[in-house]
Amino acid sequence: MSNSIADKKPGDVSILLCGQAGQGIQTVEHLLMRILKSSGYCLFTGKEYMSRVRGGMNSTSIRISGSPVSAPSNRIDILVPLDKGGVSHVSCMLTSNTVVIGEKDSCGGEIPNGVALLDVPFSKIAAETGNKVYSNTVAVGALLFLLGLELEPNLHHIGEFFSGKPDDVVKKNLEAAGKGYASLAGTGTARLQMEFKSSPDVKEQLLLSGAEAVSLGALAGGCNFISSYPMSPSTGVLSFLAQHGSEFGIVVEQAEDEIAAINMAIGAWYAGARAMVTTSGGGFALMTEGLSLAGMLESPLVIHLAQRPGPATGLPTRTEQGDLEFALYGGHGEFPRIIFAPGTLEEGFTLAHRAFSVADKYQVPVIILTDQFFMDSCCNTPVFKLDDVDREKHFTGTSAGYRRYEMAANGISPRGIPGLGDGLVCVDSDEHDQEGHITENSVMRTMMVDKRLKKLESSMDDFIPPRLFETGSSNNLIVCWGSALSAVREAVEILGRDDTAVLHFSQVFPLDAALVREHFSKAEKTILVEGNATGQFGRILKGCTGVDFHGRILRYNGLSFASDELAAKINSCLQEGK
Amino acid sequence: MELSDIAWCPGCGNYGILNVLKKTLDELGIQPEKMVLVSGIGQAAKIPHYFRTNFFNGLHGRALPPATAIKASNPSLTVIAESGDGDMYGEGGNHFIHTIRRNPGITNIVHNNMVYGLTKGQASPTSQAGFKTPIQVGGVFLEPFNPIAVALALDATFVARAFIGDQDRTREIFKKALMHKGYALVDVFQPCFTFNKINTFQWFREHTYYLDDTHDVHNRNQAFQKAVETDKLPLGVFYENTGRKTFEENIQETGKAVLPLHSQETDYGKLKDLILKFK
Repeated sequence: MSNSIADKKPGDVSILLCGQAGQGIQTVEHLLMRILKSSGYCLFTGKEYMSRVRGGMNSTSIRISGSPVSAPSNRIDILVPLDKGGVSHVSCMLTSNTVVIGEKDSCGGEIPNGVALLDVPFSKIAAETGNKVYSNTVAVGALLFLLGLELEPNLHHIGEFFSGKPDDVVKKNLEAAGKGYASLAGTGTARLQMEFKSSPDVKEQLLLSGAEAVSLGALAGGCNFISSYPMSPSTGVLSFLAQHGSEFGIVVEQAEDEIAAINMAIGAWYAGARAMVTTSGGGFALMTEGLSLAGMLESPLVIHLAQRPGPATGLPTRTEQGDLEFALYGGHGEFPRIIFAPGTLEEGFTLAHRAFSVADKYQVPVIILTDQFFMDSCCNTPVFKLDDVDREKHFTGTSAGYRRYEMAANGISPRGIPGLGDGLVCVDSDEHDQEGHITENSVMRTMMVDKRLKKLESSMDDFIPPRLFETGSSNNLIVCWGSALSAVREAVEILGRDDTAVLHFSQVFPLDAALVREHFSKAEKTILVEGNATGQFGRILKGCTGVDFHGRILRYNGLSFASDELAAKINSCLQEGK
Repeated sequence: MELSDIAWCPGCGNYGILNVLKKTLDELGIQPEKMVLVSGIGQAAKIPHYFRTNFFNGLHGRALPPATAIKASNPSLTVIAESGDGDMYGEGGNHFIHTIRRNPGITNIVHNNMVYGLTKGQASPTSQAGFKTPIQVGGVFLEPFNPIAVALALDATFVARAFIGDQDRTREIFKKALMHKGYALVDVFQPCFTFNKINTFQWFREHTYYLDDTHDVHNRNQAFQKAVETDKLPLGVFYENTGRKTFEENIQETGKAVLPLHSQETDYGKLKDLILKFK
């Protein structure tokens, strides 16, 4: 073979699975992830991130490393085309360093010059085993060999995956994996020598997706009511809570539309529940009327907004950070809100439970802003801790004469709920007095606006400061928010410059202006990295704090940032003006 | 609130509905602390402000979703969703349909005066054909919305119509609706003196009649026949179905929700186990 895989000494291995939409890719991905994790490797999978749209082709990227990885890379070490067209789908990404492992009969004609094909007749071997459907398991077997892993100790993962199926199916799959492995083992094919070490710690970690992290966080936050309308890429949270609803006693309702969903959630909070909605841009557009209602009623509310590229239907299965300003300004009138944007799975979990606690404490809507990339990406992460979850409920019993909107210095009136005490809980979408009755009194109006807005200031007691990732100095400061963190951090690592630091915001509103200015004052050059076309967070930062940027790297083609590509862009940004 | 602060015109049918509702609740011994009056926006939707009770005066057209959620979160509360015809049947039409499908144990009282009051005299979904307004200058040509027929088509578990010109009969109907287990619709004819000069007390008296003992409230087909009559509009209970589970029962039995939600504690031991399943 002209370019043996054994010659490569990468810091990580990047595998791309490519094929028709369906079970095939998922089976291979799932099995590989279980096996690699139990071997102690750090893992990342991302879906569709480099998809060149053609037919029903899907791709899943898997990265294997000795240290945590949580962003995609554009480099492909091993391509596994599971269907015809799989190679063409990504042919422009292939290099002489890529090894394609697949069937010559189906994909041979698609291989570009200079790219090696390792011919493994997946479907022929599967057919010999009894059925063509076993070809995915044959591929898993072959990949295990290529990655230098043992077969026998890992067979139980395959057995577990197919458990629940008839015994014969389990047996055939084990056989198929063995044959896939043997098809290369006997041929003298070189195996990959992974330069990086596995770690026993990884075995004890979690392996999950952003959707699962946010859902578990919601459970930790005491969520017991979710009403939503399905919309990609936000539905994972709704289905997770539905699947675990009965274990935790949660009310789960698929509403007729997003308007009903948010109004139900507000009604549930009014009656003492902890409610959330999950949606994407178009659904959030319908929810803005209700968001404004939550502002006026001073109702706690948790909104999970998983962004996808707009406007309108946009790119329904792709990713973007394009709804930040919409989340911040959506809803008529002026009222406070808090916006979180997790950058890691751990933040996805933590911010989701904090969303419930701060929504309840400050009686404001809290928006958790994620995106398709964050929802669908999967990696290993330390076990989520429940020790620091704020378990306090912030409603109170009432006595006769209770007034829901009693004036308070910090803007926060004790929140009673109906039926709990002798008081009456009166809430109104009209401007209201302290009892909750309609008023048009201009003095009362001013007092109520001030009271509501005061809560934003009060919420700074629980402000989550931006995190600075610094190896040496902050001469160059790369600023990002939400899901861009993983690619930005890795890009800076790739550059290996100790004069370049990353500043990441997981609370994107409200902001601490003095703190931001302090970070910026230490930097000679500041670069903004955002997944949208106009630099929305840059605009918010400038508006709130006055800081500005020397360079901006914006991505809005529907794909997530890839760390290697981003590293090159940051590098050229840093070169400018020198 | 002083009576003089009430935002309704003198002689408005809303006063009668307010009066009847108060009497009915009193008769049934429902405590103000143990009930929630949910409304939307419009003249009718101001009713909670003239009551001493818990209330949730939400958005135009959006009374039913929070009412459903309040009842689901705490079934021990008596929940009434009350608004006008524009709010419930127009802006909130989709919620009207799907709330009936859910069958929450709430009473839905709709003030139906066939006109928009708060926005000053435009057509409502129930305005009769030919009704002229500053917007519908040549007269309404849309088919009027028939809430009774729609509710029956969706197998609403209690469907009734009242006319506030007869407060005693209205009280009887309200009482039945409030005692019903499941969703109960009461569409209440109520003249608007200011903006509807056609559908007056006199008009309603002449164009309505009460269903008598020969009407079988458990016969949905018969109820449907009555619902589509237009010469004279029937009043009374059209239909009653006590066999269906309520939304609250379903979420507890099928969904295993633990109610009321305010006293629910998260099982962190169970959550820890669930988290560790991702190892």
